[in-house]
Amino acid sequence: MVSLLRNQRARNTLLQVLYVGSLAAMILACVMIARQNLAQQGITSGFDFLFKSTGWDVNFSLLPATANDPYWWFFLIGVINTLFLGCTGLFLATIVGTIVGLARTSSNELARLLGRTYVDIFRNIPLILQVFFWYAVITHLPTPRAAHEAFGMLLTSRGLYVPVPNVGGVAFAAAILAVIAAIALPVWLGRTSRLSQPPGERRGIQLTTAATALASAAILLALGRLPDLPLLDFPALQGLNLKGGLRIPPEFSALAIAIAIYGGSYIAEIVRGGFKAVGKGQMEAALSLGLSPWRVFTLVKLPLALRAMLPILANQYVWLMKATTMGIAVGFTDFFMIVALTINHSGQTLEAIGILMAGFLAINLSLAAVFNRINKTIALKGNQLRG
Amino acid sequence: MEMVVLAPPAPGKLEDLRRRFFATPLQALLSLISFAIMVFLVWKLLNWAVFSAVFTTAGGPEACQATAGACWSVIAARWRIILFGLYPFEEQWRSALACVAVVVMTVLSCIPAFWTGRRIAIVWGAGTALYYVLMKGGVLGLAYVGEEAWGGLALTLFIFVTTCLIGFPLAICLALLRRSELPWISRTTGLIIDGVRSLPLISILFTFAIVLPFALPQWLAGDKLYRVILGSALFFSAYQAEIVRGGMQGVPNGQEEAAMALGMSYWQRISRILLPQAMRNALPATINQFVISFKETSLVVIVGFFEILASGNAAYGTGEWRFAYVEVYAFIAFIYFVFVFSLSRYGAFLERRMSVGER
Repeated sequence: MVSLLRNQRARNTLLQVLYVGSLAAMILACVMIARQNLAQQGITSGFDFLFKSTGWDVNFSLLPATANDPYWWFFLIGVINTLFLGCTGLFLATIVGTIVGLARTSSNELARLLGRTYVDIFRNIPLILQVFFWYAVITHLPTPRAAHEAFGMLLTSRGLYVPVPNVGGVAFAAAILAVIAAIALPVWLGRTSRLSQPPGERRGIQLTTAATALASAAILLALGRLPDLPLLDFPALQGLNLKGGLRIPPEFSALAIAIAIYGGSYIAEIVRGGFKAVGKGQMEAALSLGLSPWRVFTLVKLPLALRAMLPILANQYVWLMKATTMGIAVGFTDFFMIVALTINHSGQTLEAIGILMAGFLAINLSLAAVFNRINKTIALKGNQLRG
Repeated sequence: MEMVVLAPPAPGKLEDLRRRFFATPLQALLSLISFAIMVFLVWKLLNWAVFSAVFTTAGGPEACQATAGACWSVIAARWRIILFGLYPFEEQWRSALACVAVVVMTVLSCIPAFWTGRRIAIVWGAGTALYYVLMKGGVLGLAYVGEEAWGGLALTLFIFVTTCLIGFPLAICLALLRRSELPWISRTTGLIIDGVRSLPLISILFTFAIVLPFALPQWLAGDKLYRVILGSALFFSAYQAEIVRGGMQGVPNGQEEAAMALGMSYWQRISRILLPQAMRNALPATINQFVISFKETSLVVIVGFFEILASGNAAYGTGEWRFAYVEVYAFIAFIYFVFVFSLSRYGAFLERRMSVGER
């Protein structure tokens, strides 16, 4: 036995078995005890509960939802809510971050000072405090009767009411896709190598494509228009409540604003770092070739900076996506809140935790995959030396 | 002989100003816009926070509602609940003293003279013990106060300090396990670290606070506060382990090989050669992680703790001060800002200090 312990290979195997085995035993013991405890409360384990109706409702959903819908449908709604809030927050945060980041790298001292103040203030206050703050601000807005009005939008304590076109859902979604295509297709056409014309002579094709896509969007909107109603549905006061328009609930706007402001301060620093990483020689070379300052920026500085900041940006996006779980603090039914509500109402604790982990793993992995793809596209090709 | 001055004459004040802010029309426009935004914001802020603000509690909430400015009297009336939560009123000096102990401990550990493993362990151990005795009492003639009565800033600091105290050694263990040469050990540890990192902190806190009691035998479950601290320490250590591992990768292989050739044992190699150099490499990122984890202590409000954010909600939540939410949040934000900003400035200073040798 002692000689076996002296043998390095035997000792290594024993160590590994002990380490993995004790961890596995701990997890197994926890699961066993949990199942026993749950069984005592009359909860049978298994995923059958996914097909039972929930009996409770969600306060925000892009898909139709009632208390009669099954649990799996609610989980799906939760994931979509998380993604929707995450994408809105990321989009806004990127805009804020780019503006502040550019201000921080500008040659103007006053603009730099402004950008720096912004970053120092908002980066050093916890996100959840900012969520609470904006939620308090929005719920303290005037009641619908005394709502603030601007551009047909109404600001009230019950949320933001915006006008929506009176168009059927499918036609509206298709029109949005067409608008996206109108922007994306010309960009793609400008870069692809499948066309015979050189990249400089494709303006005609690009313009036609964009015009066609925009025209089809307009046609889709006209076709899908609901009969006998004005084109735009404005929110208006009826009795004590507001009718018409689209209501953006305070929970959603508070979270989106907070993520935009807090995330913006982090993204600003990433943008600044990216621009700082561009070698001074590159810029001087571009200027000495006679390029105008604007072309130096778009052709040299921006592409190089993007390449430097993308990996860090990807991490920040994953972090911000996870930050949407703060929805539970103000009652926004994101994926995590749905899981928490499920545990409260159905008691299917282990299964719900499993679904939570799987869900976040899937979200993280797919974000990582998207960014790896983008990274590969813009990375340096071949084996050029980096300046 | 007459001196010949070759340098151009130094620009006057006005010329200097023109060069810095109005060199080109675009620059001038940018300067003017920035200046206008700045003046507008500073004026608005000063007007709200100082000129038309109410500072005394004399008039009560009614006097506040009448002004357009800030109502700092809510802070004057409620600062005790924000800072100390539901801690017994007569004993709140203990809570304040405990906060001071934590702050002193943090400041001490920022001084390079304390940067040896033993000294830092002594400072943190003594500081935390002092905090614990002061808060909990039951000895030295101090009245007993249970954890359920702790709250406000004191609780926030306690969660932060214990998270770091448990999480830091755990992070070093995880980092060492992850770089182990035994494939199953390093892979399993990697799985744990990546798994924890892919989850949001809130879901881990929720699991530890609410789900874990089901999955543990009764005698192991313990108090909810300590379970949550454990969860937050686990989360901290998963991130910190990657930072430490990064620091270890920055140590040249030759260092460890040389130590091996001198006949040092594994523990000697780790504690005398590898870790000191790795920690030096990892220091800026570590400070950053401390900053993040201090901000994230505020998330325990979601699993029902009465830390500074919850006590702030309570401070304006009751009838008469309901309108004064901005002032309360501004006060809490200011407290967080002071802690986080000074810590991150310190981090930036360290980074500059350490890069001196590399220039």
